Amino acid sequence: MTRPTHDEGLSYPETPSQTAGPFVHIGLALDVAGLPPRASEIGPEIAAADATGEAIEIHGRVIDGNGDPVEDIFVEAWQADAHGVYQTDYRAEHAFRGFGRSAPSATDDGWWTFYTVKPGRVAHPGGQPMAPHINLMLFARGINIHLHTRLYFDDEHQANAGCPFFNALPPSRRDTLIARRDTQADTPRYRFEIHLQGPQETVFFDF
Amino acid sequence: MAQNKHNRFVMRDRQWHPRPYAPAYKTSVARAPQQPLVSLQTPTASELTGPDFDRFALGRFDNDLLLNFRSGTAQDGLPIGERIIVHGRVVDQYNKPVAGTLVEIWQANAGGKYRHIKDGYLAPLDPNFGGVGRTITDDDGWYRFRTVKPGPYPWPNDVNSWRPAHIHVSVMGPSISTRLITQLYFEGDPLIPLCPIVNTLDDPEAVATLVARLDKAAARPMDCLAYRFDIVTRGALQTYFENAS
Repeated sequence: MTRPTHDEGLSYPETPSQTAGPFVHIGLALDVAGLPPRASEIGPEIAAADATGEAIEIHGRVIDGNGDPVEDIFVEAWQADAHGVYQTDYRAEHAFRGFGRSAPSATDDGWWTFYTVKPGRVAHPGGQPMAPHINLMLFARGINIHLHTRLYFDDEHQANAGCPFFNALPPSRRDTLIARRDTQADTPRYRFEIHLQGPQETVFFDF
Repeated sequence: MAQNKHNRFVMRDRQWHPRPYAPAYKTSVARAPQQPLVSLQTPTASELTGPDFDRFALGRFDNDLLLNFRSGTAQDGLPIGERIIVHGRVVDQYNKPVAGTLVEIWQANAGGKYRHIKDGYLAPLDPNFGGVGRTITDDDGWYRFRTVKPGPYPWPNDVNSWRPAHIHVSVMGPSISTRLITQLYFEGDPLIPLCPIVNTLDDPEAVATLVARLDKAAARPMDCLAYRFDIVTRGALQTYFENAS
């Protein structure tokens, strides 16, 4: 049973994390597990086709320390709308939902996709605008506590250059957060590779 | 901007949480980051907000795993296994209820088999059991599921590794800062101290918080037993207001 501790005043310890495991999909991405959908599911459509803003796709992959794609990854995304506002009231019937979940199917070679609109600029607590970005959370077998990262866009040079958050990161590692516009795709699409280890290891945050 | 009021949260104690790199749990070796996490001294609206599922429409049987996978006719059977209630409160670190938050669970059936296309264990599927549930906490932070007790199962780690019976539990809380996925174990299970995943936690008291206790008073006589599992999310600190723009 949980007992209070005395740091931060009288407080209880947070429930500790455990890995989401290889079968996370039966709980949180039913289609990938081969389960029928319920009346409503939280899926990869962060924004429907009629949402305000530039419709984009995010096509991503997570690579482990051996260089192999993490095929059982489960990803959650949280982003502001095209006006730079976080819409916290999640409902399936909203055109813009702000939150999404995605996982690769068996035949996807580790690639997962989100359908959304490009987020607007959100103010940093200091008052300056941050560059457009999407917050990502990664869960999988072998990941004992989920990982937080951010995705920025390679065609937002000016915004990235002026972003107080982005520019506080070590210069050598900023590039690991940049998604690249795929010029071959019919619809505006960005590719984002997340590396869990190695020389290109993605920046992960504690907050 | 519409969202200009945010809570900050008690910082996450990463010594209390599991070690990301835990070689006895072999898959963690190639999946644990090697660089230190970048600490955000000034979290922004991106970290302090999150989706609120209080008005997300759920199905009538979404929290009843005894009933939510029956294929439709009244003659259909019930799942095989020990019928149990799993219930508890979601509170923050200051014991304030976390109301209206989404709690999701998934689990193996009574034989230790998941209804997942990638589960190759030889135990059979139960035609009346899906193994997935979700609910929204009430005003006092309470949640409640009805299910069967999952079975232990073997997994490829050591030659002879077995998972203790467990239910995966996901909770959102008021922001992405409070997001948490964990596992619920059952009081008295001898496999708990042998499990390399449990043992990614260094502190035995942390393990103890993941063990659901038999709650006999909440059992339904001649129907089902009950287990109590409380969930603690990060405590909300003072509120600040960012400049509207």
